Amino acid sequence: MTVIARKPAGPGAGITVKAPRKKGLLRRALRSKRTIVGLVLSLLIFAIAFLGPYIAPHSPTEFVGAPFSPAGVGGAFGTDNLGRDVLSRFLAGGQTLMILSVLATGIGVGLGALVGVFAAYSRGWVDEALMRTGDVALAFPQIVLALLFLSIIGPKLWLLVLMVALGHLPRVARVVRGAAMSVVERDFVKAAESVGIPRWKIMVGEIVPNLSSTLAVEFGLRLTYSIGLVAGLSFLGLGMQPPSPDWGLMINENRVALTVSPWSVVLPVAAIALLTVGTNLVTDGLSKAAIGSNEGVEA
Amino acid sequence: MSRMLFRRSLFGLFTLWIVSIVVFLATQALPGDAAQAILGREATPERLAALRAQLHLGGSLPEQYFSWLGHVVTFNMGSSLASGNPVVDTIGPMVLNSTVLMFASAVIAIPLAVVIGTWSALKKDTGVDHVTGVVTLVLASLPEFVVGVLLVLLLSTGLLHLFPAVFVQIPGEHVWTHPDQLVLPVLTLVLAVSPYIIRIMRATMLEVLDSQYVQQARLKGLPEREVIWRHAIPNAIGPVAQVIALQLAWLIGGVVIVEYLFRFPGIGFELIDSVTNRDLPVIQALVIIIALFYVIVNLLADVVTLAVNPKVRTAQ
Repeated sequence: MTVIARKPAGPGAGITVKAPRKKGLLRRALRSKRTIVGLVLSLLIFAIAFLGPYIAPHSPTEFVGAPFSPAGVGGAFGTDNLGRDVLSRFLAGGQTLMILSVLATGIGVGLGALVGVFAAYSRGWVDEALMRTGDVALAFPQIVLALLFLSIIGPKLWLLVLMVALGHLPRVARVVRGAAMSVVERDFVKAAESVGIPRWKIMVGEIVPNLSSTLAVEFGLRLTYSIGLVAGLSFLGLGMQPPSPDWGLMINENRVALTVSPWSVVLPVAAIALLTVGTNLVTDGLSKAAIGSNEGVEA
Repeated sequence: MSRMLFRRSLFGLFTLWIVSIVVFLATQALPGDAAQAILGREATPERLAALRAQLHLGGSLPEQYFSWLGHVVTFNMGSSLASGNPVVDTIGPMVLNSTVLMFASAVIAIPLAVVIGTWSALKKDTGVDHVTGVVTLVLASLPEFVVGVLLVLLLSTGLLHLFPAVFVQIPGEHVWTHPDQLVLPVLTLVLAVSPYIIRIMRATMLEVLDSQYVQQARLKGLPEREVIWRHAIPNAIGPVAQVIALQLAWLIGGVVIVEYLFRFPGIGFELIDSVTNRDLPVIQALVIIIALFYVIVNLLADVVTLAVNPKVRTAQ
């Protein structure tokens, strides 16, 4: 049986208020104009990325003119380094970035949350060991960790997702552990323990739902970073491989001709910029809404 | 205080040791025979044997590791597979160049961010504060290579033609011989690092300005300037030092992509180059050096935090 010594509950611990649900959090965040702007930007770029392939005038790998034709000659935005239509490649080049970024964020935040909650709930040496391991892991800048393994195993997309996710893990775990520390002290956790609910069920069923606003903010923050990392690794040639259309790759392929045919770089750069600004504005709105709600709960 | 620093240094060494294990094991992740995987199918048996010896591929796994580690700690990391030159000679100048780049960025970014953050806090809820808030939020969202490309578009190829878009190093010259070439990479890193420092400085400053000792100083009739410089800022620097350290640690990763973008001859550019060539000894050495940078930056942050915090400084 699990018999764990716990600190006595502090004053006021008798009052338990369930943390607000995610839906309420988003609704409160949307009261700020910045959040709305962010949401509109993110949805716009998401729409381009997912609908773009269907409305592209040409195939992304079709040659339509001389390399680096100016806008208006080869297509609405000219042609790229090999003479392919810039607009079509732009429209087709966002989808994979989005899917990979969301996947990496989901895995990274999910695993990080589990490790964080487990550490906070276990306490003692388990907590200490997990957090120290995390400190060591932080000595690898995320991009360096990804580069190390992508260079050795090869530029595989599953590996890219895994490495971005593993880079997030210790960072998320640290934040979630911090937030979970106060939740594991609350009475409903003790109540669940006293009726013999298994520990893993308490973690997943009782503690995690009470961290929903922390997790929502963390997801937004890590998604912004994931987009930058995945696009950056593609830019470095370790993500999507030619000839597939991809925003990061497009920037690298065409930046030599920035003066002649700027659109092939401007379009993907602008899309990535608007997307990350959008997701970060939403995250900022969520975190402000979360702070507002926590003040009510913790007081 | 010295005991605490000693503990932190030990932890730093421990971190480096773990990093060395990960770097070593990553090599083992190469499918099949590492030497064969690097040299390809047409490799001659002699070259394979030479590379196996260089990568310490003989013996059991722990034996291989300690033989490799022995060479790493004595700065004898073999020779580059691409150029044949000793790794230390290849990356030595790169480490210096990157240090120059990061140092220049940090020296500009930190004071600038501290001043802007403080200013924003003093002007709370005015136009200045709102603009700073939006600008830092936008800058903090942008991936560094996007900032870099935007700067090139603005200042180099598109709107204005002020600075060169790529770095051209003439052999025998130092990277700082032509400072105009340094402007864009440094500016990119400054813009990437500053937003977080500005935001935390503003938040900490607001907290400090609200404290009783600042009110007390004001009630004593001290001039506002003295209240801010003698009482508020020194107390705000402590918490901010941790964020600055995190940002500097981030800078070490950030230089990789920025150096590649501007073709700046530093460890980041070299890392991408060796990744493209699968130059394993160079990759291993660079990853360990990057981790070393990280450990040193964190140690420095601890020193600063301790030095400005009288409670810790005077203990023992």
